[in-house]
Parts: sequence; C-alpha cells; structure tokens
Amino acid sequence: MSQGSVSTSGGWAIELDDVRKNFGKTEIIRGAKLQVKAGERVAIIGPNGAGKSTLFNLISGRFGLSSGQIRLHGERIDGLRPFEISRKGLARSFQVSNLFGKLSVFENIRCAVLWSQGYRYVFWKFLADLHDANDRAEEVLKMIKLDKKRDIAAVNLTYAEQRALEIGITIAGGASVVLLDEPTAGMSKSETSRFIQLIREVTVGKTLLTVEHDMGVVFGLADKIAVLVYGEVIAFDTPDAVRANPRVQEAYLGSVLAERQADQQAAGH
Amino acid sequence: MSNAKYYQFKPFNVGRLVVWGAFALLLIVAPLVFSSSLALTVLSQMGYTIIICLSYNILLGQGGMLSFGHAVYTGLGAFLAIHALNLVGAGKLPLPVSLVPLVGGIAGAAVAALLGWVTTKKGANTFAMITLGVGELVFAMSLMFPEFFGGEGGISSNRVVGKPFMGISYGPQIQVYYLIAVYCFICTGAMFALTRTPLGRMLNAVRDNPERVEFVGYNTQVVRYIAFIIAGFFAGIGGGLTALNFEIVTAESVSAVRSGGYLLFTFLGGAVFFFGPIIGAMLSVLALVLLSEMTKAWLIYLGVLFMVMVMFAPGGFSSLIMMNLRVAAFGKFRRLWASYAGLAATLLIWLVGAAAMVEMIYHLQLDAGSGDEVRFMGSTLNIQSRGTWFAAAAVFAVGYALFELVRRRFKQEWGTIQEEIEKELQRKGNA
Repeated sequence: MSQGSVSTSGGWAIELDDVRKNFGKTEIIRGAKLQVKAGERVAIIGPNGAGKSTLFNLISGRFGLSSGQIRLHGERIDGLRPFEISRKGLARSFQVSNLFGKLSVFENIRCAVLWSQGYRYVFWKFLADLHDANDRAEEVLKMIKLDKKRDIAAVNLTYAEQRALEIGITIAGGASVVLLDEPTAGMSKSETSRFIQLIREVTVGKTLLTVEHDMGVVFGLADKIAVLVYGEVIAFDTPDAVRANPRVQEAYLGSVLAERQADQQAAGH
Repeated sequence: MSNAKYYQFKPFNVGRLVVWGAFALLLIVAPLVFSSSLALTVLSQMGYTIIICLSYNILLGQGGMLSFGHAVYTGLGAFLAIHALNLVGAGKLPLPVSLVPLVGGIAGAAVAALLGWVTTKKGANTFAMITLGVGELVFAMSLMFPEFFGGEGGISSNRVVGKPFMGISYGPQIQVYYLIAVYCFICTGAMFALTRTPLGRMLNAVRDNPERVEFVGYNTQVVRYIAFIIAGFFAGIGGGLTALNFEIVTAESVSAVRSGGYLLFTFLGGAVFFFGPIIGAMLSVLALVLLSEMTKAWLIYLGVLFMVMVMFAPGGFSSLIMMNLRVAAFGKFRRLWASYAGLAATLLIWLVGAAAMVEMIYHLQLDAGSGDEVRFMGSTLNIQSRGTWFAAAAVFAVGYALFELVRRRFKQEWGTIQEEIEKELQRKGNA
C-alpha cells in the first residue's frame, strides 16, 4: 500500500481533496472538496452537467482522477480499481439499472454477497452449501421486498423492481459507505416516496451519498446537502443552511424554484 | 419454509440421480446395442467430443467468451498425451495408459495458464480476436517445430504397451471406448458441478454484466482466467483421448478449422443449457463420420443448417427441446402434433428437391469426369437431361410452397400457445 494509506483523519468516512477530472481539454470536476462523517447521509445536488455522476464514478473507481486525492476511512483509494475499492467497503448503485440480466433475482443478490462472505474464486464448494451467503441473500431479498420474485430473471422485472434490485445488489455486500446515483430516477411520485423509505431502511448505520433531483426527497432524506456546480462543491451544510445560502439560491435553487413556480402556473391555467 | 429447497445440497436428489444414472447406463449399454465396428468408432468419438464441446461451453455459454481457438488446447493436449504415450512405450515414463489423457488435461491447463492471462484481459470482441491470433500462432508453430508436431505425417504411437492390467490392454476398440466413457462421465459430472460453485456463478455474472461484477468485488479477468484454465484442462483431456483413440495426432488438430468445428457444433447443440453441447457433440460426430460418407457436399448442408439455426433458433437444438418440453408440461403439446407432422413432411419434400440440385451441381462442377450420372436416394439422376433439373426444381418449389403454408399455420399456433402459457404463469404468480 502507498504511504497515503496511513490514517490521518479523525472519523471521516469519505474525503475528497482537490479532486480534478478532465475529459480532453474539458475540466468536468474542478477541485472538488468534501468531507463526510461516518454515518452521515449526504445528498449531492446540482444542475445538469455539474458533474454529479462523474464524481461518483471517480469515487468508485470507474474513472481515474486527473489530480487530487480520495480517502475512504483515511485510506487513499484514488487509483484503485473498482473491485479493490469495493473490497474496502464502498458500494455504489447506477443511474441506469446495471443488473445480471439472465440471472434470477436471488442469484443477482447472491453474486453481490459472495465476495464479502469470503468465497472469492472458489470452485471446490457448492453454492447450495454456503449457508451464510444464502441466508444473507435471503435477508437482502426481504429487505428490498423482492422475496416473492426470487426466481424471476432480472430482465423480466418491472422498472421499479429493477431499481429495488439495483439497491439490493449495492447494499448486499455490507459496505459501510454507499453511493446511490439517482436511485429514484424515472419513478412516479408514489413509487418515489415508498422507495425513499426503503433506502432509509437498508442504509441504517451506513454512510450514504446520494445524487437526487427531487428536492422534496433531498430535504427529507439527507442530514447534509452538498451543492455541486460546474465541478466544484459550492456549499456543504445542513438542509436549512443550504436553503438559506444566497450563493446556492443564485446558482441552483433559484432556478429550481423558478421552474417549480412555472410548473404551478402552467398547471393553474 | 419453501426456501429450504434452495439451501440444502441433497446428494441423493432423486431427479438428479435418475438423470445421471440414465446417462451412465446409456454410456454402458450403447456399444452393446450398436455393436458394429462403425458404431463403436462413432461412439468413441462422441465420448470425447462431448467432453470437448462441454469444455468449450464453459467459455461460450457460461462465460460469454467466443473462442476461435479451442483446438489449441485440445490439440496441444493431444500432442503432449501422445508424446507421453511414446515415452511410456519406450519405458521411460512409468504411467498407466489409462492416465495418459490426464497428461493431455494437465498440458491443456498449463497452456491455458500460459496464454490465458493475455487472452482473458477483456471479454467480447477483444477475447475473440486474441483467441483467433493465438490459434494462428500455434498452427504456424506446428509447421516450424516438426520434432514436436511431427510435420505433415504427425506423431504416431501405439497404445498397447506394457502388460495388460486385469485383461485390459487397450488393443480392442471396445476397451478404449469404455475408457472414454469413464472419462466422459466423470468430466461431464465435474463440469456440471462447476456450474453450481461460486466461481461458476460469477462466470455467469461476468457473461451478463462484466462492469457490475467489478463493483461487487470481483476482478473479471481473474474469473475469466480461472475458467479459461479449467476449460483448457477438460479440452486437454478430450485431446488426450483422441490421441489414445487414433494413435496418431497431426498438426490439423490445432488448426482453425478444428476450432471452428467446436464452435459450430457447440452452438448447434445450444450454449444456453448445460446439456446443449452434448447434443452438439453427437451431431458433430454423426456429420463428420456418417454424413461425410453419404455425400461429398456435406459441408454445404452443414453450412446451411448452421445458418438456419443462427437465424431461427439461436438457442440451438437444446433450447428447441426445452421450449417444446415447456409446451408439453402445460399439456398443450398434443395440439402441435399435426403441425409438426406437416412441417416434417413438407420439409422433407423441399429438402429432397434442394439436395438433388446440390448433388447434381456438385457432380457437374467437381466430379464430371466420372460420367453424367449421380446416384441419389436409390435412384440415378442424369445431369445432362433437362428433365431431371426441371423435376428437381419443381420438387424444390412445391416443397417450399407447402412448407411455407404449414409454417405460417404453425407459427400462429405456437404464438397462441405461448400466450396461453404466459397467462397461466401470470395467474399463478398473482395467486
């Protein structure tokens, strides 16, 4: 391990230190800084193209950084590959459901459980004998309320069920830090509120970072809000403080509120 | 708890015992029922081709890796095995002949371990391209190193060495058959077991979505690599058995043609179900030994069959069987009998017309020196007579028209039945 792995921070689950990412000449993430305490629920908001998904891709190792550092529980994880980061206890979900299509719901979850239960590349034991892994998979199935659909192939689930399975795969390995990329994208209002409740249940005691567009959800779910605008974190505070922050209002919330007003007016006419 | 059935591994699962028992019985009884020497040849070849096609399907069906170079591992396994056999014959290697195929297996695994890390770096297209390159490389090497590969004549050997053990000398073909059968049964069992292990399941996950696999803690390359070595091991055993069976191995056994054959027949049998490649392997031997005896144009028929299957039944014969079993399980198979009979009859007419023309063209182009007459299905066709051509074309056209009529009706019936089944399933799901 590199020397950066020495723990220097006091209780930060995730630290982003001047993180930058270029795609060609375009700088998408421009010196993002963020420190999240263990157990905190953080929502990342920002206008389209602010780099929210890119930030998740950097943290989870899907993309490499151009410069800067990312630390997980004080240990540097920038430059590591996704599976290495996953083994250190950081899991992520995807904006577009990213499942094992032909495998059953149960198998999807079990695949996400195996490594964390220590089974790795084992080909000398039968899956059916791995009671701890199977029990854990069953438990997750119940948590995401898909235990009735356990034998259905993932591709044959409804959209909302696929979103639930996506979350299930993410949390199944018992990661302590969970990144959810727009978990409620494409859901109806009623589905969303039910789903937020589910997210709350399955991430109890975990550090949660989520990208979310629905402001109602954001203010209801998060302990803290990070506002990302043009690749920089311009505010990171409690929901009330962020709401009152003039810079945020100018850069982002103002436009959202204006949109909402326009919607209401349109509905009124 | 209904979940219990997924949990406990039951070694004495009745259904499984019946299937594997039947498989073992079939392997034992087959040469008693088909006892001619031709049948014994066919059965022996089927035995190891089953191992090879199943090993190929670890890559194609289980792991989504399209290999164009599987013959590298069967072929090099065969070469190592025959060299080992020669050493045994010369008294330099104290190894029972029965274990010579294992030398092939270890060689296959070793070669796969050597070449596999590069090969399995990426899946999909990259993998396919690298296997193609490796295949060409090894084939080129076979011409460069005649000491090992034996040049044009190949390496020959004699499997009857040492003292017979309990009367087994491997002189008679039937003894070789039973050795192959034992290997076939054990290897099939082992490869089936692999699909029930953590690695086997993660291999499926890598096939379905390699990206997500990396986010649940697994290095996709390691998963592919280990599977590749295991496939190489079983391929090598298959190769080692070919060496024992023929007592000769030539450079052709590492060629791209051979690799293509394994791909083609595994696909024809079906990569989706575990047992698909078994069907494919049996077809392969029937085509190579019997069809090639019946007609010189056999590759044309095989090519057309492959194309038709790719277009209309991409799951191969095994998924055709499974789809019909599903219909039967819902008690609706009886409704399809008439259509199937019609399909078979009209297809036969169509095929007779097509085959007559193919045979005549083939004769005209490649075999004209031997006269104007072609023997075809017990009759004689004259390729100079316009009437013969006209008749063949007419049979072809009529056959096609009739087939098309029946096919449309069948398609409708099939669609209705599938809809009914879906509805029943849904009702059950909601209940």
